Amino acid sequence: MIGAQIKRLTHEQLQEAAKMLQTSGGRMQFAYAWSPTGREPEVRYVTSNSKQADFEIWIVSDARELPSLAPTLPLLSWYEREMMDLQGVQFTGHPEPYPLILRPNDSTHINGSGDGSHPPSNGRPHLPDIDASDVQQLPFGPVRADVLESAEFTFFYVGEHIIHYQPRLFFKHRGMEMCFEGADPRRATVVAERVSAVGSLGHALAYCGAIEAAAGCEVPVRAKALRVLLAELERLYNHLHYLGHLCHTTTLKVGEAQGKLLEETAKQLNARLTGSRFLRNVLAPGGLRRDLDPGRWLGDALENLREEFVAYVNRLENSESHLDRLMTTGLLPEKIAFDQGATGPIERASGLDRDLRRDHPYALYADLPLTVPTLKDGDAYARERVRIAEVEAAFVLCQRILLLLESGPIHADCVPPPLSEGLGWAEGPRGSLFYAVHVGADGRLARVKIKSPSFSNWRAFPFTVHDTNMMDYAINEASFGLTMAGCDR
Amino acid sequence: MALWTLFGLASGKATTSWPREAGKDGQDGVLGMPRYNPDACQEGCEECAAVCPTQAIEAREGALAVDYGRCIVCQLCTEVCPTGAMESSADWAFGVRDRTDLVWSDSGARNPVASHADRRPFRRSLHIRHVDAGSCNGCESELQALNNPYYNLHRLGIFFTPSPRFADLLLVTGPVTSAMYEPLKAAYDAMPEPRWVMAVGTCAVSGGIAGGNYACGHGLEGILPVDLYLPGCPPNPAAIMEALLMFLDRAPQRVKGGQIGG
Repeated sequence: MIGAQIKRLTHEQLQEAAKMLQTSGGRMQFAYAWSPTGREPEVRYVTSNSKQADFEIWIVSDARELPSLAPTLPLLSWYEREMMDLQGVQFTGHPEPYPLILRPNDSTHINGSGDGSHPPSNGRPHLPDIDASDVQQLPFGPVRADVLESAEFTFFYVGEHIIHYQPRLFFKHRGMEMCFEGADPRRATVVAERVSAVGSLGHALAYCGAIEAAAGCEVPVRAKALRVLLAELERLYNHLHYLGHLCHTTTLKVGEAQGKLLEETAKQLNARLTGSRFLRNVLAPGGLRRDLDPGRWLGDALENLREEFVAYVNRLENSESHLDRLMTTGLLPEKIAFDQGATGPIERASGLDRDLRRDHPYALYADLPLTVPTLKDGDAYARERVRIAEVEAAFVLCQRILLLLESGPIHADCVPPPLSEGLGWAEGPRGSLFYAVHVGADGRLARVKIKSPSFSNWRAFPFTVHDTNMMDYAINEASFGLTMAGCDR
Repeated sequence: MALWTLFGLASGKATTSWPREAGKDGQDGVLGMPRYNPDACQEGCEECAAVCPTQAIEAREGALAVDYGRCIVCQLCTEVCPTGAMESSADWAFGVRDRTDLVWSDSGARNPVASHADRRPFRRSLHIRHVDAGSCNGCESELQALNNPYYNLHRLGIFFTPSPRFADLLLVTGPVTSAMYEPLKAAYDAMPEPRWVMAVGTCAVSGGIAGGNYACGHGLEGILPVDLYLPGCPPNPAAIMEALLMFLDRAPQRVKGGQIGG
């Protein structure tokens, strides 16, 4: 497969391979199950190591029941629980054998399939037993104050001190992976774009990459260059929103207003360039759906935005009340970040120097001057500074693309043959995004797995909340910049 | 802090004068619902219906049935149409009071919409409780944008409120996932009368791309009575503002029979 090497493993070899991966410092990226027609489910583990550009995919067939690898590679815990919930694969020796996406007694019959009349009901989440009268329990959500995505958080606390924190996610599980099944691979980019709106371009890019790998098609240079431009525009508006929202939690009112105004400016540029404030409806497997004309205006507008951004960051860096709330807040140690699979700016703020754009280049990134900022501190301030540095790098990348953009074709034919498969990826504003696609015998999509960055970062986030205080919670959560839609899918 | 205060004063007002006076609505270049030109439609060609991911276009007895309440603005139909019968447009302001007004109809003009006397006390002060019933976060991103300095929704006397007990309008996004069904109903039940419901985004109007699969319903269809529909994927902040003002009788309803100004 393009971009990946295949390795078939037996059930017995699996644990040994996991230990080898762990000792060699390699990384488990994600895992998923699928059922080839007429056969038992197959579980796939996508791994990488720093020495090679290709990913390595482990395939385990006849996977009704497998040994859990979560004791060795903790980040696999959620992937295994997801497979138990949705594909019925059993994992023996799992350290957290509770449902993740569906809860006990959950009904998924909102459409009244069969008996029809009963409304869906929510099961109870698994919560730890805490038998101490002075420990209070605070459930919060899923409908929270302000305009926010739905999720429920339970705090066990004494006074200001949070003893244990448990997020209950997946209220927004829409079965997005299933929406691809049976679709024409050439058109299903519009589905990928609607998994998480603020990551639309990254999702489209990873999906197209997977289809292009399956079809073995080469994307024209102009399309590759424009894809980089769009991907960096997505990073820009997301990070600008992030800074505004972070100021909201540190109650820096004018800082919040200015951050969100800059975000609005960036979104309006997106619309002027592509017709969509979320950069939707532009990509297709093989290139772009239509040519874009950045002309001179985009470069000028981005330069104005950059100047305002630099002045904005200077003011933030001189606001002690803001910095005081960020420094030492929400510490994520490097080891936890690695073991739990943190990704994107979160891992890079905790000392992990990884970026798919550089380590596994796609589009035109291999030819561009890419800087990957990393910091060691692992606190909210480090996460803010990494994002600020990424905005600066994004401005440089955009201007470089505008400089070297040449006219040429923007689309190549891209039809994946029946029974082909492909892996695609992108480094979105929140971190690593993967799509694994399988094409059926009829040439239509048979299975699509989405690995979103927020699914990874939600796994790491609670470790920064246990044993901290209530006052820091909102700031810490904002400093992670998580989405629910991407995580819940 | 002096630093920020001075900056704020020096920067002046960033808010657009739209919609009170003619001014920029901030949506230059935004593509809206594809415009249907039946005269250009070729008989027997069903390309657009075949490509539409949400069955917003159906071929029926030689003609097309177009339901903008199902449109996710993906523009695929405009790309496959050989004759321009489905044409890209900037028609993004698609707020309506009656679901049938989202379905394209030949006559276009319908009876004038009755004014809503019961909403009059709320004209200058409307409180909204938002519930995310499983959106892709696009609608949330645009709802959050309403309070940025550019749109500054507060100036119109429209506010988001933390509790449904203070809310006049329940604003719902997303196709209603099975896990959000109960919390959504609970939020509605907690609202005092009179109360209204607004479906924002194509998912909330009709289910969108995931509607009707194992995890989702068809938006608010059959779940809550809806007083205001605003399809879009997502509807932009100006479209949301215009729909809210229309709900309050402060702006006319522009869409009738699936056509703007029709």
